Amino acid sequence: MTTNTGIGRTLFDKLWDMHCIDDLGDGTGLILIDRVMLHERTGGVALESLAAAGRTVNAPAQVFATMDHVVDTLPGRTDATIMPTGRDFILATRTAAQAAGITLFDLGDDRQGIVHVVSPEQGIILPGLTLVCPDSHTCSQGALGGLAWGIGSTEAEHALATSTLRVRKPKSMRITIEGSLAAGVTAKDLALHLLGRFGAAGAKGHVVEYAGSAVRALEIEERLTLCNMATELAAFTAIVAPDEKAFAYLEGRPYAPTGDEWARAVESWHDLRSDDGARFDTDLRIDAADVAPGITWGTSPQHYAPIDAVVPAYEGVAARDSREAYDRALDYMGVAAGQSLRDLRIDAAFIGSCTNARLSDLRRAAAVLKGRHVAPGVRAICVPGSSRVKAAAEAEGLDAIFRNSGFEWRESGCSMCFFAGGESFGAGERVVSSTNRNFESRQGPGTRTHLASPETVAASAIAGMIADPRLLQTGN
Amino acid sequence: MQPFTTLTATAAPLLRDNVDTDAIIPSREMKSVSKTGLADGLFAGWRYTQIGGRNPDPAFILNQPDYAAAQFLLSGENFGCGSSREHAAWALAEYGFRAIVAPSFNPIFRGNCIRNGIVPIELESGPVANAAQALPLTIDLAAQTVVAASGQSWHFAIEAEAKAMLLGGLDMIDLTLQRRDRIEAFRAADRHQRPWAYFAA
Repeated sequence: MTTNTGIGRTLFDKLWDMHCIDDLGDGTGLILIDRVMLHERTGGVALESLAAAGRTVNAPAQVFATMDHVVDTLPGRTDATIMPTGRDFILATRTAAQAAGITLFDLGDDRQGIVHVVSPEQGIILPGLTLVCPDSHTCSQGALGGLAWGIGSTEAEHALATSTLRVRKPKSMRITIEGSLAAGVTAKDLALHLLGRFGAAGAKGHVVEYAGSAVRALEIEERLTLCNMATELAAFTAIVAPDEKAFAYLEGRPYAPTGDEWARAVESWHDLRSDDGARFDTDLRIDAADVAPGITWGTSPQHYAPIDAVVPAYEGVAARDSREAYDRALDYMGVAAGQSLRDLRIDAAFIGSCTNARLSDLRRAAAVLKGRHVAPGVRAICVPGSSRVKAAAEAEGLDAIFRNSGFEWRESGCSMCFFAGGESFGAGERVVSSTNRNFESRQGPGTRTHLASPETVAASAIAGMIADPRLLQTGN
Repeated sequence: MQPFTTLTATAAPLLRDNVDTDAIIPSREMKSVSKTGLADGLFAGWRYTQIGGRNPDPAFILNQPDYAAAQFLLSGENFGCGSSREHAAWALAEYGFRAIVAPSFNPIFRGNCIRNGIVPIELESGPVANAAQALPLTIDLAAQTVVAASGQSWHFAIEAEAKAMLLGGLDMIDLTLQRRDRIEAFRAADRHQRPWAYFAA
């Protein structure tokens, strides 16, 4: 099951080979899992189910849990939640985590936050590691050069009990992005551009390696945003070869190695790249110059258009689903073909989520907001991705910029990225959101979600309608 | 887990692409820390006339008398995309679905199906739907076939391990734990190579 050793291995092949304990036949490997991360929404049930079956966690020191999905994000929060049964999830996860002896970043802990923000921030994900979490956006963490992927709760039980997973080796895809992103074009725009071009099943089942000069030029937090939305492409996961930026980002993080061990680790990580001549099952290239700030107009993340465009006619959609799905999406969103996206009035603006709520995201949004005010009637909310991000933002005064512009400034969590029965936006309300999914009723029953970058959300909040952030003078 | 061998049942056509797990089981319907109590929430946003309500929308396929007893679902590309919530597979299984036919599946959702006794069948669903109409289909997992009442049939691919799990209703944790010594030996050797990957217990 080892791939052709020696020449021509992809980064993914190398990670697979390092972790493959046994060949189980038919392309399936028994894969060593270095880290398991859990959250209260899907992790508590996995821990409880494991215990109910009389099983224990094999390596509890390698397992981390956080509270992010159903916790409230209003100031002064407690275990009580707006979601009617949210407290049950919090208490169950806390009790089960304690019983299992795993590390929990609980409410009130300054390490608490969205799992895919916390893991890189704490140095839990490292280059060359395997990490799994019962959460589809685990692919984000591939930005640091580890193989990180989302699984179900039953698979999480398997990983917890055995430190392994039985995995059918996915196919490999390389998406090479050469050139430079234009000024004002972000990693989120790039992610949406790829979805619009290749579709919501465009990378189905593949491990996507993002490569090329435009990817190397991205900062780590931008790579996290790019890799985050690989699950929207139906990828198994995404990965970026770790480089000096990744090493610099991780050095000194709480769970990263130190001293001689750090030096030894970095030395070994230099080999974590696809060999020259490595063959991918699919090899795609795009030109970074083709990417413009964009926004979604429909109910699938592939329903994307440049922000200065109109809602496309059915025939003009690059990644097309059925005519029925297209009509249904327009009807749900209350938009018509040919309508300018920038003419759409909005009811709300949301900056948050594992996609776009890291410190650099908040800085860029704040640069747009500084000295300006949210349009009358627009509800604007900012939810930092972690408690550390929140504290860092406050230390440099970003919270004041958000508040002064009319944004609510929240405690960290997944918040209104999705509606779990607690807080939501209203039926028919149009929301510009820095999140990752625009499915029907994702942010509230009947709520209309347009996905965009944090700066586009900020610019739209100010304008009261979908707005191009490049048209606002950013900075002072 | 209930083994799957061969089953004859009605197949409900829900021929949309990109049916996501939020649609299969909305987050608001995941009320308890449990794998059960989810069948009523299945497709809640489409199945009922009001959000949170329980009045069936007669236009939705599962509310039509011909498909009330459906145990197979026919759908479009990228079925089960979105959130990894296994509640989607739990809700489908609890409702009574035993197999889903779609041209492609989201990888996490597909794995969740296999672990919950639902056979994911990768086939173009349009021709199957045309042949089946409201008549029963027979799915034979051992033979890897879907057969319509008309006699028309299709062969589908599935990897050996998934097939064995579904046929036997197996729990893979027990199977893997039989290799525990091998796993621990691998970890011990690996720990010398990559000490930074391991935290002191």
